[in-house]
Amino acid sequence: MEVGQMQRRLVDYTKTLFMEGFLDAQFLQLQQLQDESNPDFVVEVVSLFFDDSEKLLNDLSMALDQPNVDFKKVDAHVHQLKGSSSSIGAQRVKNACIAFRNFCEEQNIDATLRCLQQVKHEYYLVKNKLETLLRLEQQIVAAGGSIPATEMGF
Amino acid sequence: MDSCNCIEPQWPPDDLLMKYQYISDFFIALAYFSIPLELIYFVKKSAVFPYRWVLVQFGAFIVLCGATHLINLWTFTMHSRTVAMVMATAKVFTAAVSCITALMLVHIIPDLLSVKTRELFLKNKAAELDREMGLIRTQEETGRHVRMLTHEIRSTLDRHTILKTTLVELGRTLALEECALWMPTRTGLELQLSYTLRQQNPVGYTVPIHLPVINQVFSSSHAVKISPNCPVASIHPSGKYTPGEVVAVRVPLLHLSNFQINDWPELSTKRYALMVLMLPLDSARHWHVHELELVEVVADQVAVALSHAAILEESMRARDLLMEQNVALDLARREAETAVRARNDFLAVMNHEMRTPMHAIIALSSLLQETELTPEQRLMVETILKSSNLLSTLINDVLDLSRLEDGSLQLDLGTFNLCAVFKEVLNLIKPIASVKKLHVSLNLAPDLPEYAVGDEKRLMQTILNVVGNAVKFSKDGSISITAFVAKAELLRDSQTTEFFPVPGDNHFYLRVQVKDSGIGVSPQDIPKLFTKFAQTQSTAIRNSGGGGLGLAICKRFVNLMEGHIWIESEGLGKGCTAIFMVKLGIPERLNESELAFMPKVPPNHGPTAFPGLKVLVMDENGVSRKVTKGLLVHLGCDVTMVSSSEECLRVVSNEHKVVFMDACAPGMDGYEIAVCIHEKFTKRHERPIIVALTGNTDKVTKENCMRVGMDGVILKPVSLDKMRSVLSDLLEHRVLFEAI
Repeated sequence: MEVGQMQRRLVDYTKTLFMEGFLDAQFLQLQQLQDESNPDFVVEVVSLFFDDSEKLLNDLSMALDQPNVDFKKVDAHVHQLKGSSSSIGAQRVKNACIAFRNFCEEQNIDATLRCLQQVKHEYYLVKNKLETLLRLEQQIVAAGGSIPATEMGF
Repeated sequence: MDSCNCIEPQWPPDDLLMKYQYISDFFIALAYFSIPLELIYFVKKSAVFPYRWVLVQFGAFIVLCGATHLINLWTFTMHSRTVAMVMATAKVFTAAVSCITALMLVHIIPDLLSVKTRELFLKNKAAELDREMGLIRTQEETGRHVRMLTHEIRSTLDRHTILKTTLVELGRTLALEECALWMPTRTGLELQLSYTLRQQNPVGYTVPIHLPVINQVFSSSHAVKISPNCPVASIHPSGKYTPGEVVAVRVPLLHLSNFQINDWPELSTKRYALMVLMLPLDSARHWHVHELELVEVVADQVAVALSHAAILEESMRARDLLMEQNVALDLARREAETAVRARNDFLAVMNHEMRTPMHAIIALSSLLQETELTPEQRLMVETILKSSNLLSTLINDVLDLSRLEDGSLQLDLGTFNLCAVFKEVLNLIKPIASVKKLHVSLNLAPDLPEYAVGDEKRLMQTILNVVGNAVKFSKDGSISITAFVAKAELLRDSQTTEFFPVPGDNHFYLRVQVKDSGIGVSPQDIPKLFTKFAQTQSTAIRNSGGGGLGLAICKRFVNLMEGHIWIESEGLGKGCTAIFMVKLGIPERLNESELAFMPKVPPNHGPTAFPGLKVLVMDENGVSRKVTKGLLVHLGCDVTMVSSSEECLRVVSNEHKVVFMDACAPGMDGYEIAVCIHEKFTKRHERPIIVALTGNTDKVTKENCMRVGMDGVILKPVSLDKMRSVLSDLLEHRVLFEAI
């Protein structure tokens, strides 16, 4: 596939991610920060996000598995996850985290378990999408092209 | 023969009579001698004998008599003269003593007799005292009974127990056959048998209350003896027994409202209960006065005790009621809180949901602007863009209504072109008005200053809202917008009775009137116009979506600008005029060139806006830390990253110009760090600027940050442009509080 086509595919793909609400304006900011002095900024941040989130989700699963759930700890983890996802622009994960925190405040175990499932679901979705996106970018770079800047004035 | 001095007795000694006399004399002498001995013996025995010397006298008398008789024995035979002399002496003595004794006795015997009288008198007195003692004892016992009864009665506050105890104790104290209590029924026309002593379950006998015997008892405060045959007393089948005496007494039942300590109410409700007491059948007992008194006292005590019980019942009932009400109020409060929370959540979510499409519209319109367009198209797109920007602002304001109501909304003051604002509004409105064939005219007074200081965005919003309403509610005709400076005489407007604007040197009052020829508003609806979500009848009929927040928000903005807004209308169908006055500042004399560069454009435009600026970033979250660092590096800063408060305090130095810290992490106290940094760097110019990055947009967070001495608060997530402008503002002014 030639570079132009790949670039168009990348642009369309990115646009759909925004339309579907997987990513929001923050992700654009990240892309803007990537320049010659910092060429792998987005990849680094995204990988850091993945690692962080995996760990947090594991911790959450363990914490909610306990007979006596420590809601403070759960809340702290969710807060972290919310912070990470909003820093990276993973909008749906962030929203799921917001709902999660509300149920944590109410100390509702069933609802929090459901929320955890929801968060996991969203996370894996967005992870999938981001990985695809990054792979597309890598392909373009490998083929010698440059990554087109997403021009939406959010 | 010698003549002897012997005396010869008269009679011969052998005569029988002489013999008898001889023996009698002997015995008499014997007795006479033993009597004093006995006397002495018994007197010695007795303790009190006041007349000893009388005794001695008497004794002497007796002894001498005895001696006389003894000597007489010798005179029966021939005896010598000596014997006769002794005899004579003895007799003489005896005669003397006896005469003296006889004389003494005349004094003594009355005394002795009076002793006897006194003794009798004392005996009578003693008997009388005994009787009196008996009476006193009885009375004291009665008193004791009363006290005990009272104690029993008053020791409980339960009405039933009080009455039962009264009957039992009275029955015991007075040894009654039967004791009964009749209470008035609810209707007050009958007395019902409520409590009895012997019968366990009194069946509800009732007697009418207006019997003469009952009236008699009720009208007297004393216990009254009644006939055993009257209806109240015939609860006990007496049959062949003669009934004992019956006494009845009234028991006042007091209402709470007229309970007075020393003054039983004579005037008001005379509700009494009747207490009937019966002495045992077939006994000869009568009612004594002290028993009647006892009964009266007890009746009074019962009345008092019943009142206390009633008061207690009342207060318990009131307390239960209060508790119920408290529970209900608590529930209502919690429901209200839930409702408010739900509303806030809804607003927060809707906020987000609305912003997304808005952003899409704005973004795509601005993209469209960049493409090839014909001039008309360009105008249209520009209008779309401006409207959507305005709408976006409106959404921000509308959905942050809680901030408006909080009062934490602040105006963005700035110098702006006043005429331009009006022209802008006109441009925005013209297309819609022309569609509706409405003619819009704008009149700006010549003395209106060209530039003013105020919140341009919100002023435009207000004008647009008012004009928009005028357009919306007019089917045809014309709309005229007039704007001028409010003069002193116009300020005394009858409409604005509570508004007295005072013009001054550096401010003026802008008065804007928008008159339309539309459907108008009826006078009684005018006050409702400015309340949120209230629809007037006319708008509801028209169903043009007239209800909403528009005018309410305008009112708030106008109030913030220290002004006043009102609507005048002569009635339905006669159009209406909306008038508002706001206070605007007069800008200082500025050069034209400076005015042209009103700072919307940031001074530094390059990517490396802040070369080498040393910045410290503290954030627990790795991802957001990296993102913030990326932002700052992109802007050319020299970033140090720390991930905990201890590390932050250790690393911070006066080389760092700005410290960004994440203030909303639970458990990590950004506020404490700010305080520590303040302590560490006492000199202001050495201290780095402290800025909090937070996801919380409420007033409380802002206040907390201000309190601990932070210089700024920024809402996460931060865009590149925002970070750039924030840093430039900070370095210029050293303070920034974003109107979150």
